[in-house]
Amino acid sequence: MSEVLVVVDHVDGAVKKPTFELLTLARRLGEPSAVFFGSPDKGAEAAEKLGKHGADKVYVIDDAEIKGYLVAPKAEALQQLVEKTSPAAVLFVSGYEGKEVAARLAIKIGAGLITDAVDVEDGGVTTQSVFAGSYTVKAKVTQGVPLITVKPNSAPVEEPGSAGTVEEFAATISDSAKKAQIVASQPRKASGRPELTEAAIVVSGGRGTGGDFAPIEGLADALGAAVGASRAAVDSGWMPHSFQVGQTGKVVSPQLYVANGISGAIQHRAGMQTSKTIVAVNKDEEAPIFELVDFGVVGDLHKVLPAATEAIESRKG
Amino acid sequence: MNIVVCVKYVPDATADRRFESDNTVDRVGVDGLLSELDEYAVEQALQIKEKRADGDDEVTVTALCVGPEKAVDAVRKALQMGADQGVHVTDEAIAGSDYIATSLVLAKAIEKIGAETPVDLVMCGMASTDASGSVVPAMLAERLDLPQVTFASVVETQGDQVRVKRDGDIATEVIGGTMPLVLSVTDQTGEARYPSFKGIMAAKKKPLETYSLSDIGVDAGEVGLSVAWSSVEDTTERPPRTAGEIVKDEDGSGATALTEFLVSKKFI
Ligand SMILES: Cc1cc2nc3c(=O)[nH]c(=O)nc-3n(C[C@H](O)[C@H](O)[C@H](O)COP(=O)(O)OP(=O)(O)OC[C@H]3O[C@@H](n4cnc5c(N)ncnc54)[C@H](O)[C@@H]3O)c2cc1C
Ligand SMILES: Nc1ncnc2c1ncn2[C@@H]1O[C@H](COP(=O)(O)O)[C@@H](O)[C@H]1O
Repeated sequence: MSEVLVVVDHVDGAVKKPTFELLTLARRLGEPSAVFFGSPDKGAEAAEKLGKHGADKVYVIDDAEIKGYLVAPKAEALQQLVEKTSPAAVLFVSGYEGKEVAARLAIKIGAGLITDAVDVEDGGVTTQSVFAGSYTVKAKVTQGVPLITVKPNSAPVEEPGSAGTVEEFAATISDSAKKAQIVASQPRKASGRPELTEAAIVVSGGRGTGGDFAPIEGLADALGAAVGASRAAVDSGWMPHSFQVGQTGKVVSPQLYVANGISGAIQHRAGMQTSKTIVAVNKDEEAPIFELVDFGVVGDLHKVLPAATEAIESRKG
Repeated sequence: MNIVVCVKYVPDATADRRFESDNTVDRVGVDGLLSELDEYAVEQALQIKEKRADGDDEVTVTALCVGPEKAVDAVRKALQMGADQGVHVTDEAIAGSDYIATSLVLAKAIEKIGAETPVDLVMCGMASTDASGSVVPAMLAERLDLPQVTFASVVETQGDQVRVKRDGDIATEVIGGTMPLVLSVTDQTGEARYPSFKGIMAAKKKPLETYSLSDIGVDAGEVGLSVAWSSVEDTTERPPRTAGEIVKDEDGSGATALTEFLVSKKFI
């Protein structure tokens, strides 16, 4: 069986959940090997977890020389690794970086690319959800090594293995790949809540909050959820852009999405329509969001949410 | 200075978007328009032009679109907003092209546009509103062997330097690069202008060229549905969500009903 490369998404060695989901999918296509860009120390540390989740091998590519640059050097390194390993596929997490590295790699190695898959089956057939979730598309790469970017929450996390073997891979990076420079970087402050794209539950607020997100955060914490926002709430300066759900924000696909004071514009739907269960609280019974919901409350979120939060807390005891 | 803005013609998201029987996006039967997200790229290009005019730097903004005959509307809209000239690449062989072929056609067209005065900036939207791949800018950068500075929420240029703010996956970053480069911008860069009456009139007189594949030196066998590097095997409309239960909140009944619903679904 051939190797399947999974490009690891991590922050300072802490591997993020979507990478483990990719490893689950990779096992359907061949033998998963993880590709870790970072320091050899952190790579060795991460290899343990990656192995447990199914990566037999972990290629560690020391990023000391390239971490100050955007995308291009990683694509070059992956090209060299693909040439060495002739993998059955390369999987990436769908995010800005994953998509762009995959895009450059596709041109370099002459391979087809599928973005934003929500499932990958044996044989490499992918499922995508398009047009704001109104269509499901099945597709397959027909030329070269299939490159597939996969959205978070697309597969279960499984633990079939034990620590992966580390193999250091020395890539040669050209000067022309080192031209878009990261001049400054400010890591996002940790909110203490689950990450938006990975969360099982997301509680969002829109213009209807009037700028007061306390009821949203209260319910989110009672449910162990991440907090999201509509663009209207972001544009008003009530929440940072990193909280935005929708076409130009994050695309989420949680088990439960609770939209509060959000009308349900097409661009918002594009970011949440594939959620398994959808709930809305809105004072306007004509709001389009109610067309999507499994359960809806017509009412004032400032009354409904605090009361529901209290009821939930008291049930939990 | 020479800027090319890539503008895509997409089916209107508020219309019923659908697929053709060969599983390609219906780009003819559904009303289309300039992809909303590319308006932000046009706007930023125009702002760069305006700022540089003060420094006596003459900037030419060319709007470039690859698409069927009707797609020329996207170029026209960009001209009405203020772009100086337009290029529409259209050829029957292009229909059904994937990202790979689309980026090839765009790259070749950009090379032709820059044949006399080299292109300094290739500007794109952060994603097309139909495919939402966010990959064409990176592919263009790769094909043109240029650096990419993408997903900019704030754009600044000075001389041949470009600096942008980017809300990345895990951090907010400042990215710098030297022209020529590929730049993509998000909707955070600020509202795009509406064409004024004057702009609409002026657009009619602006140069608008149509290129075929042979004009840009691309072989028909390199593009289109039959040579796509990925194939769509099946498209199905999602069944509409079954109508959910909707209750009216009266004296706190809404909170109780909501809690019970969450309990029944085992979220609590
Ligand atoms: C290019 C482009 C990209 C976009 N991208 C995104 C995106 O990524 N994400 C996104 O969300 N939007 C996006 N939008 C904007 C989108 O079109 C809508 O404008 C936006 O989603 C509206 O936000 P909202 O629902 O919070 O506000 P509104 O549409 O104003 O709705 C507010 C709702 O709150 C309800 N309400 C008011 N008071 C209360 C109360 N006390 N209790 C309960 N309900 C109340 C009202 O009945 C109303 O339904 C984009 C738009 C464009 C043009
Ligand atoms: N057919 C096209 N014609 C012109 N520009 C395009 C075309 N396709 C994509 N683009 C540009 O590439 C960006 C990203 O597109 P995509 O990768 O499809 O999401 C768009 O915002 C456009 O700027």
